[in-house]
Amino acid sequence: MAGAVLVQDQAAPGTGQKRRSVLRVLGSGLRELWGDKAGFFGLLIVAMFVFVALFAPMLTPHNPSAQVLADRLTPPVWEHGGSMSHILGTDQLGRDILSRVIYGSRLSLLVGVSVVVIAGAVGTTVGLVSGYFGGRVDGLIMRVVDTQGAFPGLLLALLILAAVGPSVRTVILVLCLDGWLMYARVARGTVLSLRQTAYVEAAEIIGCRPRRVMFRHVAPNLTSPVLTVAVLEFARIILAEAVLSFLGLGVQPPQMSWGLEIAEGQDFVYSAWWLVTFPGIAIAVTVLGVNMFASWLRVAADPQEREKRFAASAGTFGGGI
Amino acid sequence: MGRYIFRRIGQGLIVIFGVVSVVFVVTRIVGDPAKVMLPLTATDAQRAAFDHQLGLDKPLFVQYGDFWNGIFHGNFGESYVRKQSALHVALTYLPATLELVFVGMAFAGLLAVTIGVLAALRPGRLLDRAVTFFSLIGLSLPQFWLGLLLIILFGVKLGWFPVSGRQGASAIVLPAIALAAPTVGRTAMVVRSSMIDELNKQYVLTAEAKGLGAWRRIGVHTLRNALAPAVTLFGWDVVRALAGFDVVVEVVFGWTGIGHLAYDSILGQDFTQLQAIVILVAIIVVVINIAMDFIYKLIDPRVKVGA
Repeated sequence: MAGAVLVQDQAAPGTGQKRRSVLRVLGSGLRELWGDKAGFFGLLIVAMFVFVALFAPMLTPHNPSAQVLADRLTPPVWEHGGSMSHILGTDQLGRDILSRVIYGSRLSLLVGVSVVVIAGAVGTTVGLVSGYFGGRVDGLIMRVVDTQGAFPGLLLALLILAAVGPSVRTVILVLCLDGWLMYARVARGTVLSLRQTAYVEAAEIIGCRPRRVMFRHVAPNLTSPVLTVAVLEFARIILAEAVLSFLGLGVQPPQMSWGLEIAEGQDFVYSAWWLVTFPGIAIAVTVLGVNMFASWLRVAADPQEREKRFAASAGTFGGGI
Repeated sequence: MGRYIFRRIGQGLIVIFGVVSVVFVVTRIVGDPAKVMLPLTATDAQRAAFDHQLGLDKPLFVQYGDFWNGIFHGNFGESYVRKQSALHVALTYLPATLELVFVGMAFAGLLAVTIGVLAALRPGRLLDRAVTFFSLIGLSLPQFWLGLLLIILFGVKLGWFPVSGRQGASAIVLPAIALAAPTVGRTAMVVRSSMIDELNKQYVLTAEAKGLGAWRRIGVHTLRNALAPAVTLFGWDVVRALAGFDVVVEVVFGWTGIGHLAYDSILGQDFTQLQAIVILVAIIVVVINIAMDFIYKLIDPRVKVGA
């Protein structure tokens, strides 16, 4: 991914000043990221996850739904009785685990991206409006946010899923219902401090309408705090989807999800450990990658934290994440 | 102070009102108990009789009023499956959950503070890097999967702990670890980072200059200040554990607490039971949230209650 962006940077010289400066920022960001190996490694994992999910049909050695009962519960290749054709072994119906894990990534990506986009857009807009207008609107919105924040979120999600009936769409909806609060809080907090800046005041004085001030002058400054929240939320949502599917309230078979794979393999923990182990590793590694990238981004996107980091690397005390 | 307590309790009541309303809307409007409880072959007359028996043929706002009236009288309806008061059933399962959450979270808190402080003492060194790395791992592992791994390793292969159920004192060890893992990770990272900030402040140097020993300096002066942000986060995690995340842990370990009961109620489509659980948990969460505000105040006197 790093290479792709850099090549693009060189290959597109005449495409306009704005685009070039965006690429330059991306390039310097990547250079900085390279300095933090954990963050870079995290981004690499995320890139691999997205790649695997997008190109799943080309990467799988077998049809993930094909059942070969004669081959069922084949252990991974390095165990006694394993075979090269099923590197990570097969499940109780003789389906290839590697192929199923690869396909499972699609659902995590779909749910993760949908929820982050929908909840992020709604939450950020609400926070922006709330922080910008202040007063009674703000009081009301924040009361709603605080009240909902004190709800037992996952239990309510279970109740809704049980009542409405589980499906991918309901899972996305339920996770959005729970997910917008964080963005609203962060966006509002940032807007409140931006409202005090001279350029927002200037924009108001020359007569910009509220909508123009909000979206043209205030909103762009929300990018880095909201982006940081979005990356962290992405990790949380992958975990939440896995929990819901594991409990049988998320994705339903024959669709494939890592959480569902673990639920189905649960009956075989005594005899066939690989059924639950590999989908779990897939979740853990993906979430770990997102978290490592997020912990770099959190520092990189916050000027105060950046200062601390550079002071640290200058020798006061060592780096760390 | 008195006014603040009053306002805080008022906010808590609003939360409970909200939860009860959402529960009502979800179970009455979205879900159809007759469809769930009666066999597919039931006639329309049977469905009507069933609705009448549960009061589901009344207008919605009357049902809503009845719903509240029941709650005020401690009547959360009758569990379809167990044919008992849903509140009573929930309360009999509650102690097991409180036990698990208490043990798991106490373990998480102690471990997180210990490793967080140790990491902060010498930032950038091996121990610090290890703590940071394992904290990230802890909060990235799905709890139910960690639970299964613990069962495979310590229950099945080594046979040190029971794999399921609540028999004997050692049964709580594995579920408590699975429940604690993400909290350990999150809290340790916050303790570490606020401890580093705090150790770099002038007063620590003053304390050192006047000859205060390291134990007192770190254990009493710095730690107390550094703990404030961690306590907030830790409190959220306790709430999070109660408000749903112990469901998976209880299911994996066959721990018969309220989370397991919720899961069984979902499988059995026992909505009355489920709504009793959700409302009961909401009340507990509100109480914990209020209690936390005051603990926060005790730890960090700079926080103005009511501000």
